[in-house]
Amino acid sequence: MTATLPSRRTEPAAEDRAQGKRRANRAWFLVLPVVVSVAFTAVIPLMTVVNYSVQDIFSPDDRLFVGLEWFRSVARDPEVRAAFVRTLLFSAQVLLLEIPLGVAVAVVMPRRGLGVPAALVLVALPLLIPWNVVGTIWQIFARPDIGLGGWAVNNVLGLDYNYTLDAGDAWITVLVMDVWHWTPLVALLAYAGLRSIPDPYFQAAQIDGASAWATFRHIQLPRLRGVLTIAILLRFMDSFMIYTEPFVVTGGGPGNATSFLSVLLSKIAVGQFDLGPAGAFSLLYFLAVQIVCYVFFTVLTRTGR
Amino acid sequence: MRRLPWARTVFWLYGITLMLPLLWMFGMSIRPNQDILGSFRLIPERVTFDNYVTFFTDPVWYSSYLNSIVYTSMNAVMSLVIALPAAYAFSRFRFAGDKHLFFWLLTNRMAPPAVFLLPFFQIYQAVGLFDTHLGVAIAHMLFNVPLAVWILEGFMSGIPREIDETAAIDGYSLPRFFVRIFLPMIRSAIGVTLFFCFMFSWVELLIARTITSVNAKPIAATMTRTVSAAGVDWGLLAAAGVLTIVPGAIVIWFVRNYIAKGFSLGRV
Repeated sequence: MTATLPSRRTEPAAEDRAQGKRRANRAWFLVLPVVVSVAFTAVIPLMTVVNYSVQDIFSPDDRLFVGLEWFRSVARDPEVRAAFVRTLLFSAQVLLLEIPLGVAVAVVMPRRGLGVPAALVLVALPLLIPWNVVGTIWQIFARPDIGLGGWAVNNVLGLDYNYTLDAGDAWITVLVMDVWHWTPLVALLAYAGLRSIPDPYFQAAQIDGASAWATFRHIQLPRLRGVLTIAILLRFMDSFMIYTEPFVVTGGGPGNATSFLSVLLSKIAVGQFDLGPAGAFSLLYFLAVQIVCYVFFTVLTRTGR
Repeated sequence: MRRLPWARTVFWLYGITLMLPLLWMFGMSIRPNQDILGSFRLIPERVTFDNYVTFFTDPVWYSSYLNSIVYTSMNAVMSLVIALPAAYAFSRFRFAGDKHLFFWLLTNRMAPPAVFLLPFFQIYQAVGLFDTHLGVAIAHMLFNVPLAVWILEGFMSGIPREIDETAAIDGYSLPRFFVRIFLPMIRSAIGVTLFFCFMFSWVELLIARTITSVNAKPIAATMTRTVSAAGVDWGLLAAAGVLTIVPGAIVIWFVRNYIAKGFSLGRV
C-alpha cells in the first residue's frame, strides 16, 4: 500500500461505494470480542482512575469526595510542570534528530542485490531489542569506567563525561540512546516510501540532468510526505510516554534531570501510592495523548487508502 | 536510479556504529567480572561462558526468562484470535460507529502504560490475576489487540473484495470462507501480527513488573534488580541482555520486509 496525498472529503455513501464496503450492522458481532477485551483492559481501569482522581483516600473505608481538587493541585505542581516541559523538550529533540537522520539513512540504504536483506536486518535489529535491554546496553556502553562509549569520550575526546553524576551528560545519554534505538524505525519507513517511487521518475530526472540534491528535493522528498507524517506522529507519541529506557539507565536522575512524565507518574502511583494525585495526573496525561492521537488518526485514515 | 558514489560506504559505517553498543555488551558477557572492573580492554583477555552458565542454572534467572516466553506467547495467540474477526469486519463492512471504534482502539495503543498502573495493580489483585501468566497476557492485550486489529486490517484491505463475493456465489458461508479461503491468503499477515504482538509484549516492562511478584516475574524485572551487596554483576547482566535479544534476532529474517508495515500499524 502506498501513501498518497489526502483526498478531498467525500460523502459517506459515495465513500462506501468507492471502498467497496457493504453496510451491515451485524458486523458488530465480529468486533464484539475486541470490545469486551479492551473494555476489561482499558475502560474499567480508566473508570477506576477517574474514581481515584475525585477522592481523597485514606483507607478503603475512609474516603472523601474532593471534586477537582487533585486536578488543580497536579496542574499547579511545579514538579509535574517541569516534567511536562522536559518531556516536550525531549520529544522535540528526538524528532529534530531522528527524522532527518532516518531519511538520510534511507537514501543511502542499498536498493538492489544481496545487500538489501542484510541492510534491512541490520537496521531493524535495535527495534527488536527489549526496551529495558536497550537501557542495559547503554548503561554499560556509556559508563566511563567499563563502557566503550563513555571511555572513548573521556580518554579519546578528553571530555569529562559521567552520566551518573552530571545532569547534562545524563540527558545526552538518554537522547543518544533514543536516537540509536529509534532512528532505524524512521529509516525503514522512509525506505519503504522511497521504494514505492517508480523508476521512470528517476530516469526523467537523469535526462534533465538534475543533481542528486535536486532529485532528492523534488522527487523523493514529496513522495515521502505520507510515511514521514506517520513516522513523526509515532515517534512523538512513543517518546512522549518514554519510561523504561531512562528508568534503567538513569532512574530519572541525577536529581530530576531525566524524570519524564511516565517516570514521575509511576513514582507517585506505585512508589508513594498517592491514589488521588496519581489518578488526576493520569487523566491529564491521558487527555494530552488523546488530542495528539486524534490528529494521528485523522492523518492515518486519509493517507494510504 | 543514480546512486550517490559514497552511499554504500556511508551506510555500512552507520551499520557498524549501530552494532557497536551491541557488540560491546556481548563482549562484556563473555568476560569474568574481575576483568570487567579491572583494567579497560577492547578485546576480552580471558573468555568465559560462566555468566551464561549462571543464567541457566540459577532458577531466579531462567524461570523469569521462561515466564516472559510463556505470557508473551499466550498474549500473541489471544490477541490474534480476538483481532482476526474484528479486522475483517473493519476492512469489509460499514457499521454503526465503526470509525469511532477504530479510533478508540488506536487511543489504547497510544495510551501511556503508566496511566494504567494503579488500577491494574488493584483490579488484578481483586480478581485473582495478580502474579499469574494469564494476568500479564491479558494486561498486555491493552496495546496488542488494537495493534493486531490495525495491522491485520491494513493487510486485509489489500485483498480484493471480489474474492469474498465469488466465494459467496460459490455457496461458501462466511465462517467457512474465512477459515478455508481467507486465512490461507493472509498467512504472512498472521505471521507478522504474531511477531509484533510477541515483540511488543516481550519489550514491555512497566506493566509486567507492576502486576507480578514471584511466580510470573518477567526477565525484564529480574534484570533491573541485579544490584547485590557486591555491587552490580555486570557480566551476568550483559549475558541476560544478550539472551533476551535472541528470540527477536532469530525471527527477524522472516519478517524483514514487513517491519516498516508492522511498526506503522499496517499503514505503509
